[in-house]
Amino acid sequence: MANNTKGLTTNSNTYTVIYAAVMVIIVAFLLSFVSSALKERQDNNKSLDVKKQILSSLNVNNVEDAKAEYEKYVKQVLNADGTVLKSAADFDVLKENETPVIYQCDVNGETKYVFPLRGNGLWGAIGGYIAIDADQSTCYGIFFRHDSETPGLGAEITTDKFKSQFIGKNIKRDGAFTSIAVLKKGVKVEGKDAVDAISGATLTCNGVNAMLFSSLKKYDFLTKK
Amino acid sequence: MSELFSKKNKEAFLNPLGSNNPVTVQVLGICSALAVTAQLEPAIVMGISVTVIVAMANVIISLLRKTIPNRIRIIVQLVVVASLVTIVSEILKAFAYDVSVQLSVYIGLIITNCILMGRLEAFAMQNGPWESLLDGIGNGLGYAKILIIVAFFRELLGSGSLFGYQIIPNCAYEAGYVNNGLMLLAPMALVIVGCIIWWQRAHNKDLQEK
Repeated sequence: MANNTKGLTTNSNTYTVIYAAVMVIIVAFLLSFVSSALKERQDNNKSLDVKKQILSSLNVNNVEDAKAEYEKYVKQVLNADGTVLKSAADFDVLKENETPVIYQCDVNGETKYVFPLRGNGLWGAIGGYIAIDADQSTCYGIFFRHDSETPGLGAEITTDKFKSQFIGKNIKRDGAFTSIAVLKKGVKVEGKDAVDAISGATLTCNGVNAMLFSSLKKYDFLTKK
Repeated sequence: MSELFSKKNKEAFLNPLGSNNPVTVQVLGICSALAVTAQLEPAIVMGISVTVIVAMANVIISLLRKTIPNRIRIIVQLVVVASLVTIVSEILKAFAYDVSVQLSVYIGLIITNCILMGRLEAFAMQNGPWESLLDGIGNGLGYAKILIIVAFFRELLGSGSLFGYQIIPNCAYEAGYVNNGLMLLAPMALVIVGCIIWWQRAHNKDLQEK
């Protein structure tokens, strides 16, 4: 390659090392400045997004003001065994991964429990929320999100067509926790409720199946008699 | 002004859209062309994002080109691209959260897009900022064009919809029409890209090998 020096010996070792060092320092400052300057806005956006997802599992969609709607529906936050942890207003939704929590909600006078779900799809993390009726078994609504599932295949778990299958299904049979299975069309399973998987997205659907079981199993509130 | 839009500059801008297309002729950026073209919407967003980033990276590298030590030039190019992508993704998260959720992995994928490195190394290292800007925009749009064509066929034939709206009428499904699930998988994207290359070569004598 032609050497475009204008009096600079850009090929010397000293120049190369200094150039690399200066470049890295400038970039590091720039990135940390951007990151810290925008942190507050980003966290605010994230927590609004989580609230929207919780509302979506309660079949409340297209909200204008997620914060106000969230405060209207979600009453308090419970521990895994059903004891009260905090009131909804005091709880930071970004900290829900630290311990298993349950959102106790009130929809038109009926109590609903919303459980966070967390698991792995084919390419990356998947998650969501499931709303259960006061009988602690019937699914009232569900929400799925994913990081990087294939558009048109695995990503279809977020569609209403897939989600609506869960509504009315039971996560308990005869009082014992069974979860809801996600199975290939036509396959039958004894002893628990099941929904149809998406064809072409078997691995993502297996992930959803495993996520439902492992996330809900953590709650004494559901599994104890 | 006449110098800004000289014949050479026009070529830098227009050639990537046609006879020197980054995907079909230079065969760069194939990997992401397979990944994001199952639906039209992510394909368009990816096309726009790559256009913006390749244009900005081209200008920055072109401004720095006389100072960059030859032996670490690839590293410098990578650092510029990676920082740009990170900053754009942070800004999106703060000001357009919905868009950033939708883009999710695609934004990160831009760093690995070979078109960026290809244009930086082949064009921006030798040319001025204005030419590099035109070249960047041209290549980005050339890439977007192919992505949109591929995504159009994949979404229409694979899901029977465009932009998520159903196009194939229900009566067709009732009469026995079935969506082609293979279209949603990566290999079909490669086949469609192959068909585009075939078409382009058949119509352009310059591209045919003797």
